[in-house]
Amino acid sequence: MSVSRLIRPASRLLSQRSAIPSSIRPSLRRVAPVSVPVIRGYASEAKQTFTVRDALHEALSEELEANEKVFILGEEVAQYNGAYKVTKGLLDRFGPKRVIDTPITESGFCGLAVGAALAGLNPVCEFMTWNFAMQAIDQIINSAAKTHYMSGGIQPCPIVFRGPNGFAAGVAAQHSQDYSAWYGSIPGLKVVAPYSAEDAKGLLKAAIRDPNPVVVLENELLYGQAFPMSAEAQRNDFVIPFGKAKIERPGKDLTIVTLSRCVGLSLDAAEQLKKKYGVEAEVINLRSIKPMDVEAIIKSVKKTGHLLAVESGFPSFGVSSEILALGCEYAFDYFQAPPARVTGAEVPTPYAAKLEEMAFPQVETITNYAAKLLRV
Amino acid sequence: MLSRACLRGFGLQSLPKRQAYQLARRSVTTDAASSHAEKEDVPDHDEEPFPVKLHDESFETYMLDPPPYTLNTTKKEMKQMYIDMVQTRRMEMAADRLYKEKKIRGFLHLATGQEAVSTGIEHAITKADAIITAYRCHGFALMRGGTVKSIIGELLGHREGIAHGKGGSMHMFAPNFYGGNGIVGAQVPVGTGIAFAHKYTGSKTATITLYGDGASNQGQVFESFNMAKLWNLPVLFGCENNKYGMGTSAARSSALTEYYKRGQYIPGLKVNGMDVLAVKAAVQYGKQYTADDKGPLVIEYVTYRYGGHSMSDPGTTYRTREEIQRMRSTNDPIAGLKSKILDWGVCTEDELKAIDKKAREDVDAEVAEAEKMAPPEPTPKILYEDVYIRGSEPPFLRGRTPDETYYYQ
Repeated sequence: MSVSRLIRPASRLLSQRSAIPSSIRPSLRRVAPVSVPVIRGYASEAKQTFTVRDALHEALSEELEANEKVFILGEEVAQYNGAYKVTKGLLDRFGPKRVIDTPITESGFCGLAVGAALAGLNPVCEFMTWNFAMQAIDQIINSAAKTHYMSGGIQPCPIVFRGPNGFAAGVAAQHSQDYSAWYGSIPGLKVVAPYSAEDAKGLLKAAIRDPNPVVVLENELLYGQAFPMSAEAQRNDFVIPFGKAKIERPGKDLTIVTLSRCVGLSLDAAEQLKKKYGVEAEVINLRSIKPMDVEAIIKSVKKTGHLLAVESGFPSFGVSSEILALGCEYAFDYFQAPPARVTGAEVPTPYAAKLEEMAFPQVETITNYAAKLLRV
Repeated sequence: MLSRACLRGFGLQSLPKRQAYQLARRSVTTDAASSHAEKEDVPDHDEEPFPVKLHDESFETYMLDPPPYTLNTTKKEMKQMYIDMVQTRRMEMAADRLYKEKKIRGFLHLATGQEAVSTGIEHAITKADAIITAYRCHGFALMRGGTVKSIIGELLGHREGIAHGKGGSMHMFAPNFYGGNGIVGAQVPVGTGIAFAHKYTGSKTATITLYGDGASNQGQVFESFNMAKLWNLPVLFGCENNKYGMGTSAARSSALTEYYKRGQYIPGLKVNGMDVLAVKAAVQYGKQYTADDKGPLVIEYVTYRYGGHSMSDPGTTYRTREEIQRMRSTNDPIAGLKSKILDWGVCTEDELKAIDKKAREDVDAEVAEAEKMAPPEPTPKILYEDVYIRGSEPPFLRGRTPDETYYYQ
């Protein structure tokens, strides 16, 4: 991955703010959880980069620090330091009352977390991956998402469900599914999918502070990726409001609406489109799947006249189906070509590397299909 | 085979011995009038406690010392228990009528016959303790502070119903009453989580987590048992064994029908769920057990539902009319308590008649009021309210068509 691509969007933010001394992040320094790469030399304004993993870790430790009712539970979150090390050091810092290893019983511990939320606590329920949460999906939907409405508004459920979503590298069918569309379809849930370190920190903190059940769909392949973080994002009061998409790259010819890891691929594709065809693609990072920032999508389509949705979920009834449907409902008259989508293929994820590659959008897939859409 | 292997695994006994044990062992009685008090022990004053001797077949235990067989109660409490049970039944009968009049929609699961469980539990705990149950929940909602008017109002789908017409029969909530849950077994981990929260905040309260004999085979029930024991949570799992999960009898669904033993490593207590005093004694004991930080218990309430599983079930294809008739006529919890009240001179027959009459009239009056209440206005404002916590909603939610989209501001 080209680092310059990752730096560009956030460097704009950084240039507006002076660097904040590291003392404003005592939480991170006290634990020294995961090494914070201080990368210099490739971006003059960007003083610090954070991996998505660090950003999630910081969000968790800040919220655990701020609110006694916040606790995290899940498989291997405590002594093992997290299957993906997101919760590294949290047990040492907050103790076994707040950082809890559970048995490998998703339905049970997820239901337990929901009960704790109904009784007034603010649980963060980690799934080792969202694939395993299928065992607990009834609790997420029937016990968490619907309770406030069906109680006539008297029983809130302030809970966060989080973990890595979508495919990783070479983990095959049962560990590779993208659940954005599943949770995105449920009234009563809020669903977010962070891309960058800033997204990860701001959205997770907002999720923990939100009084509703929130699903945070992280991506394992992004955990180790470093992104610059603005001084603002490094503060402990940084949150990103739900329902607001971020224009990662402005453009006038094509609107690419995408989420999670596909934002990175789409940015690369936009770069290719510019180089090869002189096309300026606007890349919209949804950040939030539910509520979705329809306004940002439509505003962009009105400008570009072209819509391409990019996601790595299965094609049928997916996030991109929804984006295209919304585009047709609200911006049909602005389309200069039929809206299009790039999705995962309709196959259970294969193991072999080259087959796996064929099952998910690649930069070339996006670039070529965008070119086709634009007839360039 | 499975239960045999389990029992062996836990070193209880080999099969031949177990069979012998089963032949010899006595089950708890379901006699609703099995308690005994000496008439001379019953004081004049309404609130002065007096001892009641529970029947020696009131409990069976598993890895647990039985609760005391003597329970202190008062005349006032017995009368209140009687009122509570009469009102619960009267309310259920009103629901039955309203359903047949086609005024109640959807599913309706009545708990006639099971009143001693909801009433007995409530009299053993405080308002700070929590209850969560499945869909047969009206009696619990009433005991937890819901009014007859609000419960019947909810069944009728009215705006002033306990869940403002949004929940219906299966979804009723009240302070420290967490529903009213429609998915069989799913409330058990949730109840475990409520107990987790109580322990987390350091309160000494107990959580009563109820499920039926049908739900007892759900995997998540065992997942909950594991976590509750592992973390020593103050939860009283409660299997309301009414003998049938829908139309499947306990013996046809469960490899081990002694539900109080199914916590395996959790001590269990089986109680006569038709005798409200025995239920109170069991739960009171359980509450103290959790307060002493001894962890969870599995309590099995042996009870019986007179009606079908729901209104569409006549309840006679999988059991005999004779069985139902026998339970109604000889084991009824209300008739049982009534006979004790009269035998022990808690009050005179005339007083009891007056109490009975007033309890029924109160319910009837509230039902009549509920019938007069208005349904929610079919407006977008009401349709879309409370999908999210007020003030934290998205800017809008979509309706059936884009132009029906509802904007919160």
